[in-house]
Amino acid sequence: MNPQVIVDGLLNGALIGLGAVGVTLTYSILRFANFAHGEFITFGAYATMLIAAGVSALVIGSGDGLGPFSISLALILSVPLSMALTAGLALALDSLLFARLRGKAESISVVMASFGASMAIRAGIEFAFTSRPAYFSRDLQIAKPLAFGLRATPDQMALLIVAPLLLIGVHLLLTRTQIGRSMRAVSENPALARVAGVDVEATIRLVWALGGALAAASGVMLGLLVQIRPFMGFDLLLPLFAAAILGGIGSAPGAFLGALIVGLGEAMTVQLVGAEWRAGVAFLVLIAVLLIRPSGIAGRPT
Amino acid sequence: MSFDLIGPIAYASFFLIMALINGIVCLGLNVQWGQTGLFNVGIAGFVAIGAYVSALLTTPPGDGHLGGFGLPVAVGWVAAMAASAAASAFVGALTLRLRSDYLAITTFGVAVAVQLVALNAQRLTGGAFGVAFIPRPFDSLAQTPVLYDLANLALVGTIVLVLYFALERLARSPWGRVLRAIREDERAAMALGKNPTRYRLEAFALGGALMGLSGAIEAHFIGFIAPDDYLSSLTFQVWAMLIVGGSGNNLGALLGAGIVWALWTVSGLLISDFVPAGLEARAAALRIVAIGVLLATMIVARPRGLIGERAMVSRHVEEE
Repeated sequence: MNPQVIVDGLLNGALIGLGAVGVTLTYSILRFANFAHGEFITFGAYATMLIAAGVSALVIGSGDGLGPFSISLALILSVPLSMALTAGLALALDSLLFARLRGKAESISVVMASFGASMAIRAGIEFAFTSRPAYFSRDLQIAKPLAFGLRATPDQMALLIVAPLLLIGVHLLLTRTQIGRSMRAVSENPALARVAGVDVEATIRLVWALGGALAAASGVMLGLLVQIRPFMGFDLLLPLFAAAILGGIGSAPGAFLGALIVGLGEAMTVQLVGAEWRAGVAFLVLIAVLLIRPSGIAGRPT
Repeated sequence: MSFDLIGPIAYASFFLIMALINGIVCLGLNVQWGQTGLFNVGIAGFVAIGAYVSALLTTPPGDGHLGGFGLPVAVGWVAAMAASAAASAFVGALTLRLRSDYLAITTFGVAVAVQLVALNAQRLTGGAFGVAFIPRPFDSLAQTPVLYDLANLALVGTIVLVLYFALERLARSPWGRVLRAIREDERAAMALGKNPTRYRLEAFALGGALMGLSGAIEAHFIGFIAPDDYLSSLTFQVWAMLIVGGSGNNLGALLGAGIVWALWTVSGLLISDFVPAGLEARAAALRIVAIGVLLATMIVARPRGLIGERAMVSRHVEEE
């Protein structure tokens, strides 16, 4: 097997990880599987593309790739904005749809509502941008030797540094800050958290915002590495769920680890079996976890 | 019969047959969700399993893919039900003991996996080209299209009627009552000595069998299947049908199938007639947005659907 698998797998794992953290947090705190999470990723990618196009039209030269990268100043500036917008989308969806069903209906009808929302957002994006793939940049990137015979394009190297930093940031946020403590408290026991003075509603909004922002980051990564298309997030949904369940629902480090395993598995499958079978890896991982240890790596058996 | 009636009759019977085939999936989903509360997001996958199993068993030998056993259509249909039921039972056995979302996620995975196999296992499924020359019931009548359509309509209509009465009877049977008891209060049902996992597994497999049957019937009516027929939009359509019609109610399932299929067909006709060719894909996307919004609005505003579930008692009580 070509060691290049490691570069591809790590990149793939990082972008799955950014999405899977959002899935695992919403799941553990709101107690439902959000099928619209993939669309947050798609939305984030398209929003970034639009904002970057706007910025580079306003500021001459900001649309050019920086140094060896295809990533432009306009793109870098638009990422935080797009993360904020995607967080806004998640919050809007929550207040329009999910909040109305919380506590009232069976938890599973929230899942169904998220499934309907997923379909509607995706088709809406397809309506606005058609299904033709789009790109942040048309620059051709040439892979440069890294070490031990590994090669990576400048963009890939940048992402290999930025994505882990982002994930470490999330981990610190969840483990070292008051916000993270409230999130964990609400996921353990909402009633008890409320009694202890945690603002449960605010915590729920924070979880949506965090999940949406990270999904946008994942979308930008996917757009840089592959392409931007209306189904990009939906096709990533099964890997996200597989990573979250493999890691143990509710555990952010578990989701990172699960994402890394799914990501590396997909990269190996592309090399050993064929790129067309890539999407099957997440399904096999999911079935294997359910057969062997349904609570996941970091989860406690129920 | 005057000649200009043939077109409308052919069209009406084609529409009805498709609506009834959708009605069968919807009845299957009603057993799973409406009566038992099991969430299936991979309907398209279970329909596809039925369609492919029946097609591969009944097509004439040797057209580039495995199978082609030339078996009778009825054998194909029974095998289709068995295969989809087995796949459902497997998924159920893995997930029904866990949280309800795990079932949803796994069924979603099944749909992805089935789509992948249909598309890539060329030797088995014909790949993107699909399977053609699927034998059609009443093919000998194909010379006179009206007779052919009416005969098929009668066949599918009879199947739906039989299924409807069987499912209604089942819903009133002790088995159906246990299902609803588990759905409403699992602990109480367990206290009465019922094993929720077993009942749920049975209901999930029964629903899966109906989905497989509907896939097989459609495959044999159209005569051709391809992976594109079983995308997630199909799953979504069936959900819209059941939620609009009224989950928990078999008549509601059939009514919803008719209404949503009519909306789908009419909007499709309008798009192809009035929308300029370059914008058709966009209009089709907008149609899915509309159904998505309809589904989400129904869930929030009228979760019971048009005709919701009725209180159901044993038929022995009603007879008194």
